[in-house]
Amino acid sequence: MNATLKEHWQNALVWALLLTMPYWMNAVGGYTELASRVVILGLAAMALNFLLGFTGVLSFGHAAYFGLGAYAAGMMIKYVYPSTPLAILTGLAVGAVAAMIVGALIIKRRGVYFAMVTIAFGQVFYFIAFRWNNVTGGDDGLTGWKRQAIDLGFTKLQILEHDKVYYYVVLAVFAAAVGIMAALIRSPFGRTLIAIRENERRARFLGIPVDRHIWISFVVSGSFAAVAGTLYALLQNFTDPRALRWDQSGNFVIMAVLGGMRSFWGPLIGAAIFVVLQDYVSSRTENWMSFIGMFFVLVVLFFPRGVLGILKRKGTA
Amino acid sequence: MTQLILFNVFNGLIIGAFYALMALGLSLILNLSGVINFAHGGFLAIGAYVAYTLMPHVGFWGALILAPLITGAIGLVVEPVLIRRMYGRDPLYSLLLTFGLAFILEDATRYVWGPETLPFSVPAWLTTPLSSEFFFLTGYRLLMVFVVVATVGALFAILRKTRVGIRIRAGTNDLETVSALGVNVRVLRTLNFAIGIYLAGLAGVLAAGMLGLQPTIGSTLIMPSFVAIIVGGLGSLPGTLLGGLLIGVASGVTTVFFPSATEAVMYIMMGLVLLIRPRGLLGEEGRLQ
Repeated sequence: MNATLKEHWQNALVWALLLTMPYWMNAVGGYTELASRVVILGLAAMALNFLLGFTGVLSFGHAAYFGLGAYAAGMMIKYVYPSTPLAILTGLAVGAVAAMIVGALIIKRRGVYFAMVTIAFGQVFYFIAFRWNNVTGGDDGLTGWKRQAIDLGFTKLQILEHDKVYYYVVLAVFAAAVGIMAALIRSPFGRTLIAIRENERRARFLGIPVDRHIWISFVVSGSFAAVAGTLYALLQNFTDPRALRWDQSGNFVIMAVLGGMRSFWGPLIGAAIFVVLQDYVSSRTENWMSFIGMFFVLVVLFFPRGVLGILKRKGTA
Repeated sequence: MTQLILFNVFNGLIIGAFYALMALGLSLILNLSGVINFAHGGFLAIGAYVAYTLMPHVGFWGALILAPLITGAIGLVVEPVLIRRMYGRDPLYSLLLTFGLAFILEDATRYVWGPETLPFSVPAWLTTPLSSEFFFLTGYRLLMVFVVVATVGALFAILRKTRVGIRIRAGTNDLETVSALGVNVRVLRTLNFAIGIYLAGLAGVLAAGMLGLQPTIGSTLIMPSFVAIIVGGLGSLPGTLLGGLLIGVASGVTTVFFPSATEAVMYIMMGLVLLIRPRGLLGEEGRLQ
């Protein structure tokens, strides 16, 4: 089978599974909210992977943008205007602006240094959310708001009452975001990012403004992570500082690695495995942290290429 | 007011010295092995809890000496088993591995010692203020300063004067050449890791006496150490020390005027440093980009 045809089949399979997920999720022991969580965290991991896998820059602080999106959405509905689309757009804007500012400060760093600075900056927003009690609700989280029905003119989507309807709204946003990222990766801009990943010095010698490209990639990545954050907050009708904390950042990275950083859909698969596993383990034992930690160690030691990386290798061998 | 500011400057210096102690361990490991040890906070907690367990048997002073050594010994085992496999690979993997390790260590302390805050009793004469005018000057705080100064002094002396120390510094600059000159780099890195973990353990014992014992003690204290390293400049140990003290004093003083920004001020400092002097205060350009 030639490569593009194989790609089409893969895409068709992924979309078929995603479109039907609420209908078979219950049969395999899941529930609709879990399906939504897979798609949302999958989007976050794919957004991170735009930077990690396709630009080759390691950010260990993406929870900051995810959490900012979550808070922006919640605050929009709670304090300003109760509209779900507006909440999502606000989250996108806030995430983009934050990524622009932080990105500009750190763009000259590379490798370990970059990772370290992203970790540290990730915590700023955590402390703000944690400390600014009367606006963010502090440690207890932002409560007292709900996702609002979406008025399409001819019909109203009752996303609050019906889990499945919300799932398809999530999936629609996911499709738009993922579509934009796929188009970007296929564009000359995206090819340039991959060139930077493969050999930054060479790209620089070719006259490519490397720092500016990485900055744009950082902003795209942070913005879509923020969109995922808005969807996550809307799913729970709640958000708290844990959405912004460093362990959440680590979760996104492990999802990307687990699924396979070099493939487009990899992080979604990683997110599915991670979300289901976390759901299962944390319902069975209080010591779920140890299991998740162990899982991190095992993935690094034995599956550094991720699920799709292994499949691909077998395919070519 | 003067007394209040003085109190908080002094307090900040203590906290800063303490951040520096932790950050120096992180820096040592990062410089020689290129690994950001996310589990550093976990080792700190282990040190604190081991001291708690030892105390009834060997007393406070015995625990202060033994607990960091035991923690360091754990580092001696962890490095060859787990960390060594990460050398030469993308920093992504060492980050994820130590990240998982941090989870495991935090959960293990919770499992063994329970989730509640445990009291950590230091000798009574250390907790009484030295004079009523300087009510904040307890013996314990002075002890912390003394221990940190002595340890940092010893560390820098070891790095300057002893053969191992000189090799560690040389390896930080050019590990390949050091290896080619016949130094066993594997052993050197293991030893260096253990020294870093020893410092984490010591920081843990000192923190326990001030903050009490909680399984999350490590994860709350690790972020400031990252900031300290970035402010001071990656690759520079004096820089890390300076960074730790600076952010400690800055957050101490901020507590007086704007208590809710106590943590934020560290990050503002970090942002300023990255903006004005991206390599960090004492960092050298080009190292560990």
